[in-house]
Amino acid sequence: MIEVITSLFLIFMILGALIALESRDLFSSIISIGVVGFILSALFLFLKAPDIAIVQIVIEILTLVILIRATISRDVCFYEDTREFFPFAVNIIFLLLFSIIFISVLKYMPEFGEISSKVREFYLKEGFKKTGAANIVTSVILDFRGYDTLGEATVLFTSILGAVTLLRRRAKNE
Amino acid sequence: MNEKGMTVIVKTVTRYISGLIFLFGLYILLFGHLTPGGGFAGGVIMAGCFILITLSFGKEEIEKFLKHKKVTFLESLGALIFLIMSFLPVIFGKDYFLNIIHQKFGSIYFKFLSSGNIIIYNIGIAIKVMAGIFFVFFILSITRVVVFKGDYKIVKRK
Amino acid sequence: MIWILTFILFAIGVYGVVCKRNLVKIILGFMILDYAINLFLILIGYRKGGIAPIISQNENLQEFVSKAVDPLPQALVLTSIVIGLAITALFVAIAIRIYEKFGTFDISKIKELKG
Repeated sequence: MIEVITSLFLIFMILGALIALESRDLFSSIISIGVVGFILSALFLFLKAPDIAIVQIVIEILTLVILIRATISRDVCFYEDTREFFPFAVNIIFLLLFSIIFISVLKYMPEFGEISSKVREFYLKEGFKKTGAANIVTSVILDFRGYDTLGEATVLFTSILGAVTLLRRRAKNE
Repeated sequence: MNEKGMTVIVKTVTRYISGLIFLFGLYILLFGHLTPGGGFAGGVIMAGCFILITLSFGKEEIEKFLKHKKVTFLESLGALIFLIMSFLPVIFGKDYFLNIIHQKFGSIYFKFLSSGNIIIYNIGIAIKVMAGIFFVFFILSITRVVVFKGDYKIVKRK
Repeated sequence: MIWILTFILFAIGVYGVVCKRNLVKIILGFMILDYAINLFLILIGYRKGGIAPIISQNENLQEFVSKAVDPLPQALVLTSIVIGLAITALFVAIAIRIYEKFGTFDISKIKELKG
């Protein structure tokens, strides 16, 4: 049952991504990328990850607002698609090489839903006892793997600093 | 005065709904260790409340209670809370990132104060994420490109 | 089957990044790559008939451990999604600066202008 739902949602996501990349209108392609993100959020809910579903749906809304703010006030909504031969050929060669590697790996991948790692039982058993949090994901990201969250905060700070520095000077001059 | 922002329908709905959105973000944040949610989701929802006010009322309305310097201060404050709480066990001679509050007052489960340091980490992360994302949106929305007699000119948004 | 579909989504993202000439389309290609990798990590952690990794009050711990899905990929992906938003904001800022300087989003025209 879960395979059918996942395959159906993935096919819709592939269709949405193709429309988003091939459409001539920038506004409609941004709307299609929003459709892909919302289907992904519903899929996370089916795969028993409610934390990720909440974060994904909120982030998707904010990304749509930022992208529409960046493109819709510009005067170029339609554009000419100039395609060059050289990057296209490089891309085809790279993807062929990559898919050969992927097919040779696919024989060793286990069936969907049968994978289990040893560290899973440790986190589930000790996470509740040692931290007292009923939500095991929170106890993993803030207690067992706190260094990850520290690095993530640093990356967020640096990227926001970069965006502000890029945009501030011209607005102040005027 | 009426030309600023969007129409009167959007303004009226925003006036009633923005407080509820902020409250929902606070709930997601504070109960992040018992139910799905946590610092990231709560902070982004609270930033979304401020972004809604900016979009519907214009940027003068938001600058009355959330100034430029205050947002910068909030972002630094969030990072500082996280760092101080992670360095606190080192002072008492324990390991870095150890959950000392839960080890001291242990054996409380399924209550609001049951998980020690985690709720304080959550509050710090939420303040940081809220200030950072709102600041990026604010900076993106005050620069705008217009076409002026054939060449491009950058104006500050009125 | 599911692994192949995920790989196709990844390949579409790579195609968008390499072949497209418009800066906004390149940003959308990066976002599709991000989605494909997050989805792959979550699919690895799933178990058939699993439950979400949140303990409720009247539940046996031993039974919970044997049934819940893997919490580690979920924690990694939660970090990765927020970083994706920050990277998208930085891309948009760079694209706006390029538009202010050259007056277009098309990178082949920008190459000609630099000459």
